[in-house]
Amino acid sequence: MTHALRAAAFTADSQRAAWHDRALWFVRRRRDDAARSVAEWEELREHAARIKDDALARLPELLEQFEAAATARGAVVHWGADAAAHNRIVEDILRGRGATRVVKSKSMLTEECRLNEHLERRGIEVVDTDLGERIVQLRGEPPSHIVLPAIHLRKEEVGELFHRELGTAAGLSDPVELTAAARRDLRGAFLSAEAAITGVNFAIAESGGIVVCTNEGNADLGTAVAPLHIACMGIDKIIPRIADLGVFTRLLARSATGQPITAYTSHMHGPRSGGELHIVIVDNGRSRLLAQPRYRRALACIRCGACLNTCPVYRRSGGHSYDTVVPGPIGSILAPSRQPARYASLPYACTMCGSCSDVCPVKIDLHGQLLQWRRDLVAAGHAPAAGAITARLAAAVLRYPRLYAAAGWAARLLLRRAPGLTARSIPAWSHWRELPVAPPRSFREQMRDRRRG
Amino acid sequence: MRDLTGSRVALFVPCYVDQLAPHVGFAALEVLRRIGVAAEYPADQTCCGQPFVNLGCADAVRPLAARFAATFAAYDYVVCPSGSCTAMVHHTYAALLDDPVAVASGEHTYELCEFLARVAGVTAMRGRFPHRVGLLRSCHGLRGLRLGSCSERVEPVSDPVARLLSGIDGLELVEPARRDECCGFGGTFSVTEPDVSAMMGRDRIRDFREAGAEIITATDVSCLMHLDGLLRRANAAPRSLHVAEILAACEPST
Repeated sequence: MTHALRAAAFTADSQRAAWHDRALWFVRRRRDDAARSVAEWEELREHAARIKDDALARLPELLEQFEAAATARGAVVHWGADAAAHNRIVEDILRGRGATRVVKSKSMLTEECRLNEHLERRGIEVVDTDLGERIVQLRGEPPSHIVLPAIHLRKEEVGELFHRELGTAAGLSDPVELTAAARRDLRGAFLSAEAAITGVNFAIAESGGIVVCTNEGNADLGTAVAPLHIACMGIDKIIPRIADLGVFTRLLARSATGQPITAYTSHMHGPRSGGELHIVIVDNGRSRLLAQPRYRRALACIRCGACLNTCPVYRRSGGHSYDTVVPGPIGSILAPSRQPARYASLPYACTMCGSCSDVCPVKIDLHGQLLQWRRDLVAAGHAPAAGAITARLAAAVLRYPRLYAAAGWAARLLLRRAPGLTARSIPAWSHWRELPVAPPRSFREQMRDRRRG
Repeated sequence: MRDLTGSRVALFVPCYVDQLAPHVGFAALEVLRRIGVAAEYPADQTCCGQPFVNLGCADAVRPLAARFAATFAAYDYVVCPSGSCTAMVHHTYAALLDDPVAVASGEHTYELCEFLARVAGVTAMRGRFPHRVGLLRSCHGLRGLRLGSCSERVEPVSDPVARLLSGIDGLELVEPARRDECCGFGGTFSVTEPDVSAMMGRDRIRDFREAGAEIITATDVSCLMHLDGLLRRANAAPRSLHVAEILAACEPST
């Protein structure tokens, strides 16, 4: 199924699509205001891009430096080549401690690896503690946004869900009361958890420390109560120096939600006293992307979600229309690198408006990479064959001015004499729009007439 | 205003303008005439190839780029009433081709308003157009050619197209709430993702209507063709007019 078909299903509920668009546009506007509060914003983006490029250029060295420094601070570092290895490592750590109740704060990596599914099948209960994540977990669906996981839902739908799952009053849809209900429910999970899993926003090679950014404090609460902390990170989370961190924390929350900084920015250097800290570093296809010069800068992504919020297509098609863990522009670059055939329609879910590249805090040329993907997908035979054949045929005609003029003349004749037939032959255009009114004479024909005088 | 006598200027009329909106080509010629530029129209031009790059068939474009180069190599400037096609020949040829002649002719190509403001030094026009006009800032002009500042970047505000229009007597520029969101045309996107494309277009139209626009204008016929198709289907206002059609009745102010 293509993105276009799933998007059509989302836009068919026009009220929801309009509301989803407005909600995310509001976030984009807040991001603009926050960016403008930093006079040197564009320089900051440039600076962040250079730090990331440097980190990606010497990733093996920095990862080893990080491992040594983190180990020296008492953390245990594990390496997972892929999702299966990651899940096995986490499972083994939990089993070794006999832990069967786990709280987890937001981590796109564990979504990517489908860790919850893996652990639950083995009798380990995982409770997502980020409110949005908890909502989609209770609904049994994936997040639709990397920062705002339940942005596709209205408060009434959350009310119905909580009524069913948490026993709140029927018809209750007040966000404050619903949040309080979730908080009460989660409090029990926090207090009884034997382990806490978190993601990692930044891993500092120089210090061996990890930094986790949340707005709800759920990462802190989880790791403060449970004696065992497992932090899961992709190899792309490395930054070289402590001094680099401020560049990214200034950019991250402003780009994500328009906040100057996330409510909680937790710095963890080694395990807390009496506790254990395990850091699982995962590749899962990232080194393959690193080896592709055309796409490697996609690994600079800090998962702020700004490209999703600004994308006019994402805002109107919803995160689930991408059918991938990371949706939106950045997701449409990452997904085809894993499964090109399955995700071949994603790079086409883009008008090439270029706004994503302009908001990206690490200056990934997102729309340029999407265009590049179209080229690579066509070359690999994954793009719709009819489109490619028509394109080649049309391009061949356009090489010859007379052939082009004749084709244009015929097309205009068809448009004028048989508008209904023409409209029916291009249903994708005509379902929503009238075809242009064709003039009897083209510009070139009129110019020729003038010359002949 | 810069004196361009002695410069050879060609008009590049993109294929869909040639076939579907020839009046925009003539309006562009007229705008150029009024600033003292007698532009030539080389008859061997066809299409820049943008739709094919858009679809992912960039290789099919090489011969078209070679044709573009051969057609326009002899000119000092190429002027085009489309930001999108200009961005294609200006930037994409350079990224796509190793042919220095093709790259050079691409780099001498300017969108009409860009040519007025950046090459000819015309920043304002005099004339009369008593209407409330909303300017759709087409993405490839705005973000591709950097024809003005865009709302997501922290940069000094500039809006050369609006500036060209703002001096016209009776013309009241109205601002939509989202000043530079994409209209949803997106070339082949309009047919590969028709539902999202149409929703984006309807959203832009509503935004312009709520701002009080009688006319939506833009540097690109393609965006307007999409909006116009939606407007005619709904039998609704405002109507669309290419920016050259407004400027063609004006004189440069000195």
